[in-house]
Amino acid sequence: MTDAAAPPPQAFRVETVGGASRIAAVGAGVMLLVLVTLPALAGRNLIQDLIFLFYMLSLAQCWNLLAGYAGLISVGQQAFVGFGGYLLFALTLKAGLDPLLAIPIAGLATAIVAWPAALIVFRLRGAYFAIGTWVVAEVFRLSFAQVKGLGGGTGTSLPPSATSGVFGIEWVKTLFDVRTPAARDIITYWAALALLAGTLTVIYALLRSRRGLALGAIRDHEAAAAGLGVDIYRVKLAVYVASAAMTGMIGALIYLQKARISPDAAFSVLDWTAYVIFIVVIGGIGTMEGPVVGAIVFHLLQRYLADFGAWYLILLGTLGITVMLFAPRGIWGLISERYDVTLFPIRRRLVVDGAGGEVKQAKKSTPARTAS
Amino acid sequence: MALLETRNLLAFYGDFQALYGIDTSVDTGETIAIIGANGAGKSTYLKAIAGLMQGSADSVVFDGQPIGSRPAAAVMKLGIALVPEGRRLFPSLTVEENLLIGGDRRKMSGPWSLQRVYSLFPILKERRSSATPTLSGGQQQMAAIGRALMSNPRILLCDEISLGLAPIIIADIYAALPRIKAEGTSVVLVEQDIAQAMKVADRVYCFQEGRLSLAGRPRELTREQIHRGYFGA
Amino acid sequence: MTGWLDALIQGVLLGGLYALFAAGLSLIFGVMRLVNLAHGDLIVLAAFVILVLAERLGLDPFAAALVALPVLFVAGFALQYFLLNRTLGRDLLPPLLVTFGLSIILQNGLLQLFSADSQRLRSGTIETASIPLGGGIAIGVVPLLTLLCAITVIVILNLIFYHTRLGRAFRATSDDLDVAQLMGIDISRVFATAMGVAFTVIAISALYLGLRANFDPTSGPARLLYAFEAVIIGGLGSFWGTLAGGIVLGLAQTIGARIDPEWQILSGHLAFLVVLVLRPRGLFPRALD
Repeated sequence: MTDAAAPPPQAFRVETVGGASRIAAVGAGVMLLVLVTLPALAGRNLIQDLIFLFYMLSLAQCWNLLAGYAGLISVGQQAFVGFGGYLLFALTLKAGLDPLLAIPIAGLATAIVAWPAALIVFRLRGAYFAIGTWVVAEVFRLSFAQVKGLGGGTGTSLPPSATSGVFGIEWVKTLFDVRTPAARDIITYWAALALLAGTLTVIYALLRSRRGLALGAIRDHEAAAAGLGVDIYRVKLAVYVASAAMTGMIGALIYLQKARISPDAAFSVLDWTAYVIFIVVIGGIGTMEGPVVGAIVFHLLQRYLADFGAWYLILLGTLGITVMLFAPRGIWGLISERYDVTLFPIRRRLVVDGAGGEVKQAKKSTPARTAS
Repeated sequence: MALLETRNLLAFYGDFQALYGIDTSVDTGETIAIIGANGAGKSTYLKAIAGLMQGSADSVVFDGQPIGSRPAAAVMKLGIALVPEGRRLFPSLTVEENLLIGGDRRKMSGPWSLQRVYSLFPILKERRSSATPTLSGGQQQMAAIGRALMSNPRILLCDEISLGLAPIIIADIYAALPRIKAEGTSVVLVEQDIAQAMKVADRVYCFQEGRLSLAGRPRELTREQIHRGYFGA
Repeated sequence: MTGWLDALIQGVLLGGLYALFAAGLSLIFGVMRLVNLAHGDLIVLAAFVILVLAERLGLDPFAAALVALPVLFVAGFALQYFLLNRTLGRDLLPPLLVTFGLSIILQNGLLQLFSADSQRLRSGTIETASIPLGGGIAIGVVPLLTLLCAITVIVILNLIFYHTRLGRAFRATSDDLDVAQLMGIDISRVFATAMGVAFTVIAISALYLGLRANFDPTSGPARLLYAFEAVIIGGLGSFWGTLAGGIVLGLAQTIGARIDPEWQILSGHLAFLVVLVLRPRGLFPRALD
């Protein structure tokens, strides 16, 4: 029965892609191409700088996934960085494995170790959870200091022979006409780039999926999410383990590049947690774009100011506190508020098709809020 | 001049408007009943007066002073005490401590002291050292009222004191109101139990969807008027 | 056999120190649900303050600590009132990250001012004095004082919390922030006062830290972890529980050290994890949430 006065049925769609993000997708493709071919032109210094940038950004994305999306604030991710690093050393030195193969295996092993760690640490909530993760990291550090086979408390090095047989090194040497050390750097560079791309892809895919919607719900209001049937515990556990696996792989890469490991360095709170948190906070928590901005800013600060030692760290701490108090959504938060732009389209938009084919976009979004 | 006046009182929860310009007055020694359906804005009205929500300074005038923008702690010290919805006693404090804390921050001489509250609600004296979660609903309500009285307020705001209580307990609690009134304390009662409210009130205001729909003296209002004030036309 | 008995006694005495570390942390969390990641670094800062006062004023560390108490109370009050109060709210992240940033600033600030050298609070003969118990076992005077002081501090804290107007305000604020305001309580000042009290406990624990062992600008984080572990092992919401937690931790460490000196700290962490698995709410929990 149709009634001439009744409004026509309305169609609804949920969209995630917007204008700016389409441009960004193309831009990302171009950028990736440039980065892959960069070793042909760039000197060793730039390559090494970029390796640092890539792995810090990868770590930041993982931390952001935990804290900004799953509401799990960890100050113990260094546990997995160090574990991955040590595993790489063990597999390469003791089992003679190709380092490139050791990286994903290290990631898998880290996931396996992260599982029981999570079960224990998840008994704590909020800030106590944070310190709990730190304790776990300390346990790792103290334990590895007892492993004499990997250098004990003073650590050990990766001899050139262990890495000079890396898969593809001969090809790189001839392609770019470089010596072994430079070729090693180039392969590490590509591995770092691949890890970064992989991390971004996994996180992006996760957040766009239905799991991702669950994460957003948990972050915004845990009790309500639980009421809707979201199995919070399992989602958080999965995210924690996934994040640990990625962090482990990144740790393996880091120590492949450094070629020297020790418990204090591998499990350093400063290098693998403080700097990472700084990157995410300055850039913007709870968005994927934020850590990108933060990593670039951090890299520049590190490049020009790290020589100032203690003053530099005081500056970082002060900057972090100031941003946290006065611009809690970071630099990217300020930019995206001003210009309403998103590069990684994750937020859902409700699109209503009105009568006459006119599309009214009603934006329904919850701004990225930090966990409570 | 009235002891308390609200003038064009507005209230918002984010984008949602809960009160649309409420004008009311309370005189010294009066008992006012606020009735209305759920969600009509009655609790919001009390919260706004008590300072849990801030608005423009002259939206609430107490004893001639504009207090609409003052926070709760300041309003309490002026002599307005709120018995919050759901009682909300402090679980970490004993019954007696709950009463004491009511008067800790406003040392005014007045009719109410620990002894007077105990004489008003003898059961509280018996249970003075108990943890409040072990009290029954009615006892908790008495403790909550006692706690508010300890600051010797000039106006006592009561938010749904009959909520969740059996009729016989409600009657017990309401039996205390005349004694409170006798001491000169003004009382503003937000109530779902219209019958009880009408029995003790000097005047009644009815709220409907954030607006005043009815005002008058209980004896002068017909059932039809109340029904319309409550539910609309 | 005496070796084990000695380890037991030393463990209990060490527990006194950890209980002191933990009491401040427990107090702050109890009143305002704030976990201060800079707690350990504040203890180290207080130790340096006592050191400087002792040197500049030519005082014994005990006297210097006494002088430091009001100074540190004010410092704690100010820190909370002007900085940390701004971070409190529903979000978990700001207080955590701000105190983390504070931790970095404190460590590096102290490094700039005092260099990375190890320091110690010197108090003369009392440092090595001990009370023999027979059978070759002796109790150090300083460790014993530490335990006695820890017990005294906890008694005083309980007195404050359960028998004063201020303590009523502390408990009420911790229970229900909104209704506490309805009682006329000024939340900002209550929190700041709590932090001031916590800082005096921090000052006392700093005194014994410095008397018992060396300290340097980077000693903070380890102390935070011990404090935290003692609180969790003991159970939230009870100061006596915190003492028990400290003692359990101390015992775990000294017994572990008896097996292998390199395992001391690791044993403590492992004991903590075991308690967390078996008794997540701690050994003597009291808190209602």
